[in-house]
Amino acid sequence: MTAIAERRATSGAVLTILRAREIGLVLLIALVVIVTTLHNPHFVDSNSIEQLLSGAALIALLGVGETLVVVTRNVDLSVGSVLGLSAYVVGHLFKYDHIPVWSGFVIGTLVGVAAGVLNGFIVTVMRVPSLVVTLGMLYVIRGIDGVIVNGERIDPEFIPSSFTAVGYKTLFGIPWLAIIVAAVVAVAGYAMRSFRASRDLYAIGSNPAAAALAGIPIQRRVFTAFVISGALAGLAGALFLALHTQIDNSGGIGYELAVIAAVVVGGVAIFGGSGTVVGAALGALLLNTINQALVASRISAFWNQAIAGALLLAAIAFDRWLSLRVTKTLQSAEGAHRDI
Amino acid sequence: MTGIGAGRRTLVAAVSAVLAGGVLAACSSTNNNDSGGGTPAGSGGASSGGGIQSGLTVYYIPKDTQNPYEVLADKGGQKALEELGGKVVVSSGTQDTAAAQQPSIQAAIQAHADAIVIAGNDPSALCPSLNTAARQGIQIVAFDSDVQCGDSPNHLFINQADTKTIGTSEVDLLAKQINSEGQIAILSAAASATNQNSWIKYMKEQLKKYPKMKLVDTVYGNDDPATSLTVLQGLISGYPNLKGIISPTTVGISTAAQYLDTHADVAKRITLTGLGLPSEMRKYIKDGTVQSFELWNPSDLGYLAGYAAAALASGTPLQAGATFESGSLNKTYKMEQGDGELSVVLGPPTVFDKSNIDDFNF
Amino acid sequence: MTSELATRPSGDSAVLSGRAEGRQPLWRSLARWEAGLVVVLIGVLIWATIKSPTFTDPSTLFYLGVNTGYIAIMALPMTLVVMTGEIDLSVASMLGLAGSTVGYLWHHGWDIWAAFAVALAVGVVGGALNGLLVARFGLPSIAVTIGTLTMFRGLAEVLLGSLTIPSLGDRQFPESLTNIGVNSIPGAQLSWSMVFFVVLAVIFGVVLHVTPLGRAMVAIGLQPEAAQFAGIRVNRMKFWLFVLSGFISAFAGILVTLQQASVSYNVGTGLELNVVAIVLFGGVSIFGGRGTIFGVVLSVAIVGSLQMALVQLNVSADKQNIVTGVLLLISVIVPNGAEALRRARDYLRRRTRPRPL
Repeated sequence: MTAIAERRATSGAVLTILRAREIGLVLLIALVVIVTTLHNPHFVDSNSIEQLLSGAALIALLGVGETLVVVTRNVDLSVGSVLGLSAYVVGHLFKYDHIPVWSGFVIGTLVGVAAGVLNGFIVTVMRVPSLVVTLGMLYVIRGIDGVIVNGERIDPEFIPSSFTAVGYKTLFGIPWLAIIVAAVVAVAGYAMRSFRASRDLYAIGSNPAAAALAGIPIQRRVFTAFVISGALAGLAGALFLALHTQIDNSGGIGYELAVIAAVVVGGVAIFGGSGTVVGAALGALLLNTINQALVASRISAFWNQAIAGALLLAAIAFDRWLSLRVTKTLQSAEGAHRDI
Repeated sequence: MTGIGAGRRTLVAAVSAVLAGGVLAACSSTNNNDSGGGTPAGSGGASSGGGIQSGLTVYYIPKDTQNPYEVLADKGGQKALEELGGKVVVSSGTQDTAAAQQPSIQAAIQAHADAIVIAGNDPSALCPSLNTAARQGIQIVAFDSDVQCGDSPNHLFINQADTKTIGTSEVDLLAKQINSEGQIAILSAAASATNQNSWIKYMKEQLKKYPKMKLVDTVYGNDDPATSLTVLQGLISGYPNLKGIISPTTVGISTAAQYLDTHADVAKRITLTGLGLPSEMRKYIKDGTVQSFELWNPSDLGYLAGYAAAALASGTPLQAGATFESGSLNKTYKMEQGDGELSVVLGPPTVFDKSNIDDFNF
Repeated sequence: MTSELATRPSGDSAVLSGRAEGRQPLWRSLARWEAGLVVVLIGVLIWATIKSPTFTDPSTLFYLGVNTGYIAIMALPMTLVVMTGEIDLSVASMLGLAGSTVGYLWHHGWDIWAAFAVALAVGVVGGALNGLLVARFGLPSIAVTIGTLTMFRGLAEVLLGSLTIPSLGDRQFPESLTNIGVNSIPGAQLSWSMVFFVVLAVIFGVVLHVTPLGRAMVAIGLQPEAAQFAGIRVNRMKFWLFVLSGFISAFAGILVTLQQASVSYNVGTGLELNVVAIVLFGGVSIFGGRGTIFGVVLSVAIVGSLQMALVQLNVSADKQNIVTGVLLLISVIVPNGAEALRRARDYLRRRTRPRPL
C-alpha cells in the first residue's frame, strides 16, 4: 500500500512537469506557425490549418496507443504494418463484399485488435522483450499484407463516398478526421489521468518491481496496452483508407519510427513511467507542422529531411533540458534529497 | 491470375485467424507452393514461328513485386512468353531499391536464364551485376525505367513512349488548360528516379516555349501516397498563386486528384495533369476534377519487352537497325541508337479524357 | 557526470518481467543459444541444398557475401552498442551519408582515396554526435538515433539531390576498386566485403570476449550503476562505441558504393531494422549484457543463406519478409518456451483452484 500512497503524493508534482511539457509543445508549434506565416501569409489559410490537422491526425492516433505501451516501458514497432494490413483488408471488403460503411471502421479496428492480442500474448505470456516481438511482427504482418494484396490496388471508385467523407469533410473548418482523433485523445487522456488501471501503467513503467510488490497485475495491464495500441492502429488503417481513398501494399510503411519520434517529442519517456497522450498528440502535430512549414517556406525539397532531423534532435534535447530544470526546481522547493 | 481467386478471398476473411495463431503454419505452407520456380532453364529447343526459340526463360525484375503498374507490365510479359512457348519468372524485392533487385539478377544468372527484363530502381547501381549476367550470355532488356550502363553491358531499352515526347506533351497538355500562363509545379516520385528526371529535364526545356509559365518548385512524393499528400499540401499552401501541377507518376497524380476532388476551392484554381492509370483516374475524369492526362498501356509495354527479349535470346543482333516482331501489337519494331543507347519506342502515349476514359481498363 | 545515473530510470536493469525472473547461469544459456543457431544453420543449408539446385553453385557464396557483407559489418558495432544497453538506429543513414559524401567529392573531381578519408571522418563525426547526445547529455539512444537517422539521410539528400554518381559526364569509379562487386578474392569464392566482415568479426570477438574492455561492456549492459561504481567510465565507453558504429557504418557505405559502382542518396534506406534483427537473432539481449559475436556471425550466415535460397526458389519478397519476422520471433520465443509453458500451467492451476487469500 505504501507504494500507492507514494504515487499519489508525487502525482501532483509529476503533473506539473507534464503540463510544462505540453505548454512547451504548444509554444513550439505556435513559434513554427508564426515564423512560417511571416514568410508566407498563406500558411494560416483555412486550407492550411485543415492540412496541418489532418496530416498529423493518423500519427497522433497511433501515438495514443504507442504512449500506453511506452509508458509501461515497452514499445510497439508493428503499428505501421498493422495500419497497412487493416487499411487493405477494409478496402478489399468494400470492393468485393460491399460491406456497409460503418463496418469498415469496426473491421479495421478488429484486425488491429487481433494483431494487438498476438503482440500482447507473446510479450506477456511468453515474456519476450517487446522491441524484438514487435520488430518481428512488423515484418510478418507486412509480409501477410503483401501476400493478400498480391499486386492489386483498390481504386478510389470502390470506396463508398460516405466512408471517404470522413477523410475530407470538415466541421467549422476542422476535418472530421481530426475531430475523431481529438475525441480519442481526449478520452484516452482523461482515462490515463483518472482510472486506476491506467495509473497502474505508469507504476509499471517507472518501477516494475515495486509495481509487482504493490499487487498490480503487470502482465494483464501490459497485455491490455498492446491490445489498445493494436486497436488504434487498426482504426488508423480504416481512417488512412478514408483519407487516401485507395490502398495497395504500401500503407503505413515506415510509420513506426515517425510515431516513436512523435511520442518522444511529445515528452513520453522512452524508458517508461511518464508522459501523456495529449503530449504525444501534440508531438505528432509539431512534427507535421514542421514538415509543412519547410515545404511552405519554399526551402528546397532536398533540405526537408535534414532540417526535420535536426529539429527532432533539438526537440528531444529541449524537452530533456526542460524536464531537468523542472525536476531541479521541484527538488529545491521540496527540499528533497536524492542519494545519487 | 485473372481476377481474385477464391483462395485469396478466404485469406482476407481469415486474416484475423491467421494473426491470432497460424502465422507459422500459414508461412511454411505458402512457401512450399512456390518452390517450383527455381529449376534451371533449358536453353531453348525447337524454333517456333518468327525464328524465336521455344522454351526460353525470361526473368522479369520489376521495381518491386507489388507496384500495380509493374504487375500489369509483368502480366504482359507473361502473355508474350506464353505465346512464344517460353516462361517468365517474376522476381524482385518489396522496396524500390537497387539492393533489393540485386539478388534477383543473381538468381537469373544462376538459373542460366535466357534474358532479363528489368525496370531499374537506380540508373547505374545494377550495372556491375547486369554486366556479369551479360557476360554469361544473358540478354538484357530494360523497360519502364532505364539503366545507364554505357556499353557494360549493352542492352536494349523498351521506351514506353519517346522520353522527349512525354516531357513536352505534358507541358503542352497543361499549357492548353491554363492558357499558357501562371505558376506551375511538378510532383515527382523519388528524387533519384531515372525516368522521372529525364522527363522533367525535357519539361523544363519545353517550358522555355511558354515564357508566361513559370516552374516554381519540384517536390518528391517517393511514390508513397502519404508523402505525396504532405508535399502536395505544402505546395498548395506555399504557392497561393499556383495554377498547375504536373505529376508524371501514377501515385502522385492520383493522390493529387483525390485532394482536388475533395477541396473544390483549391480545384478551382489549380489544374492537374500528368501520367496516370485510367482505372485510378476514371472517377476524377468523370467528375471533372481532371480534364486530361496521359499514359501508355503498361501491359503492352511488358508484352513488347517480352518479344524483344525473346528475339534477342534467339539470335537477333543487339544493334541499331535490327528488327523484331511484336505478336498481337502487329508491328515490326526497329532498334534505334538514341542518346548513346539502343532503344525502341512502344508508341505515342495515349491522352485520356472524358471521351475515351471508359475504353480502357488498366 | 551524474547525468547518466539520473537519466536511467531506477530498476532499468530488470527491464520488463522477463529479466525479473531468476537469472539462469549465463554461460549455460549462451552455449545453448549458439548450439541452437548451429543446428538451425545446418538445417537451412540442408534444406536449401535439397530444394534449390543452384544453391550449391560456388557463386552462391560469393553473392551471399556481396548481398550481406556490408550489412553484416554494421551488425558488429551494433552488437557492442546493444551489449551496453543502447541502440543505434542511424547506421543505415550513415551508410547513405558516407556513400553520398564519396559520390559528392568524386563528382567534384576529388581523388578517390581522399574522398574515402572524408567519408570515414563524416562517420566519426556523426557517431560522435550520437555519442555526445546519448552519453554526455543522457538522452535516450533510441530517440536520438531516430533523429540522426532522419538527419543523416537528409544531409545525404542535400549532397546528391536527384543525382546518381557517376552522373552524365563524371569519371567512372576506378574499376580496380569497383571490381569488389564483381570479382571474388583470388583463390576463393569470397567477396571482399565478406572478407572484411570475417576479419572484423574476429577482432570484435576478441575484444568483446577476451579483453577487459569487452568485460567492461558486458558489465555496463548488465548493471550500469554497478559498473560505474566499479570504476568503469560508462559514458566514455558508450561515446566511443557510437563513434565506432558511425565509423564502421561509413566504411560499409564505401563498400556498397564500390560494389554498385555508383551511389545515390537513398542507398541502404531502411537497413537499420535488418541490422537490429540480425543482432537480436544472434542472441544478443536487447537489454544489454548478453550475447556473443559468434552468435551474430551465425545469425549472418543463417539469414544470408536463407535469403539466397528463397530468392533462388523464387519465393516472393513478401513471404521472405514473413520468414524473417518469424525467425526473429522464434529466436526469442523458443528460449523462453519452457519457461512460458511452466508459467501457463501455473496460471491455469491457479485459475482452476480457489485462490488462497
